[in-house]
Amino acid sequence: MKKINKIIFEDDLKLDSGLSLQKCEIAFETYGKLNKDKSNAIFICHALSGDQYCSGISPITKKEGWWNKLVGPGKPINTKKFFVICSNVIGGCQGSTGPSSINPKTGKRYDLNFPVITISDMVKAQIRLVDYFKIDKLFAVIGGSMGGMQALEWGVSYAERVHAIIPIATSYRHSAQNIAFHEIGRQSIMSDPNWHKGKYIDKKTKPKRGLSVARMIAHITYLSESALQRKFGRNLQKGQKFSYKFDVDFQIESYLKHQGYSFVDRFDANSYLYITKAMDYFDLSIVQNRLFNKFKKIKIRFCFFTFSSDWLFPTSETKAMIKFLNSCGSNVSFVEIKTDKGHDAFLLNEIEFHKTLNGFLNGLQKSVF
Amino acid sequence: MVNTLRKDLKIIYDIINRNEVVLDVGCGEGILLSYLSEHKNVDCRGIEINQKGVNKCVEKGLAVIQGDANIDLKDYPDNFFTTAVLSQTIQAMISPDLVINNLVRISRRAIISFPNFGYWKIRRDLMLSGQMPQSKILPYNWFDSPNIHLCTIKDFEIFCEDNQIRIQKKILINSRSDVFLPVFFGNFFAYQAIFSIIKDY
Repeated sequence: MKKINKIIFEDDLKLDSGLSLQKCEIAFETYGKLNKDKSNAIFICHALSGDQYCSGISPITKKEGWWNKLVGPGKPINTKKFFVICSNVIGGCQGSTGPSSINPKTGKRYDLNFPVITISDMVKAQIRLVDYFKIDKLFAVIGGSMGGMQALEWGVSYAERVHAIIPIATSYRHSAQNIAFHEIGRQSIMSDPNWHKGKYIDKKTKPKRGLSVARMIAHITYLSESALQRKFGRNLQKGQKFSYKFDVDFQIESYLKHQGYSFVDRFDANSYLYITKAMDYFDLSIVQNRLFNKFKKIKIRFCFFTFSSDWLFPTSETKAMIKFLNSCGSNVSFVEIKTDKGHDAFLLNEIEFHKTLNGFLNGLQKSVF
Repeated sequence: MVNTLRKDLKIIYDIINRNEVVLDVGCGEGILLSYLSEHKNVDCRGIEINQKGVNKCVEKGLAVIQGDANIDLKDYPDNFFTTAVLSQTIQAMISPDLVINNLVRISRRAIISFPNFGYWKIRRDLMLSGQMPQSKILPYNWFDSPNIHLCTIKDFEIFCEDNQIRIQKKILINSRSDVFLPVFFGNFFAYQAIFSIIKDY
């Protein structure tokens, strides 16, 4: 297996909770080449269940990277032109320090002793990775969903270190409904007897049922009602008859079950608890006044994307951000892509989205390098 | 290259100086904005209600958002822009009065162009046929027209006076889209008009 690229932070990473992480590691992947004056670097932030392998074939799953449609040579985020950095978030389970890592202080696995992290903590680790590459100013930070929250956080905390922020299908805060769905997912994991209060690795087991149910619930929120209807309708799985049992009857049941079970193999249940919590804590509206003064002064470009059938992060939330940024006189572009594919559309083959993002990057490139 | 611009846009393009900060309201596919940013180093922003137009603009790298001038102009800070452009769309606004007053608030000056409903052929057609006039610039039926607030040059001037808005420049255009200087009866002979207006606070 390919070795995971990692750096270890010698200095403690201070977290929003007041705690800190010693010898924190961040796993990353890069694509393309950094140019001489280091002006062509794009940082890509992954979503809840993503990882650092956004392009090509993931060495872990042996499947296409999660944004392989967008990132690569000649693709909308063209790695012939741009140097792409993508890192696994802290709290994650693909090589960066998370609940399944060993605590260097105690020599034991963190499990639930891992400190609760925030989106801003994730970005604090990312800026250290950018420093490691000695890049003063990123060309852009791009991310969808939770990745979009990180992109926004970059704008809030490190606006002078980036030319453009591109938040996709995201929001300035998690809504009550979003928190509610996450809480059901967490409860599902924690009520699985194999969770063992977070110490399931010691017990050589996994809360498989809990995590897969969490994923099944979440997956529904990523799709739209009309896409579900179009793809599955009331179609039955085997033959044309009801089984009159609690087996899988409908295709949608089978699909969700598959989504749940395949997720368990690649994702850590405790990571799921920590990362969903970080998303729930995210709220930029509480720093609005400070941001107003900041964005009035700093020249940074924003390019927002939303998808018309996304009910998890609806267009109205992005419009609220644009309203605020307009009041600061910020330089904002905003596109809503018409699609019935729901929140997931940001990961799918949405040609209009890809074309527009590519155009924006090319347009910006003229003024940067 | 600039000569390929629609003539009324070319006139607006000429009025705008280098390095200005411009908001184009109803910017369509961003033709004026891309010329301004390419040739005059203008800091360009745009609002467009049609999503297809917005996508085309962003694809060109322009700072354009999907929005409605009737609602969204109030979000911008006072005096932020040096020029706000409203080209051929005032007649389709739900509240032209609010839009115009917002434009002169958020921008040092506003450039507004519109078809003149006082044009003699429109008067003639209405008088002779007794039906709503149609022309190249106003091609719609009464029932499907987006133009719900048409006005004449005289109407516009009275509006400005009532709202303490100063007319800085008035450019009249004939049906061949050429600028002309009527000795008198501009409201009778002009096919379109372009006004540059400011509000002194």
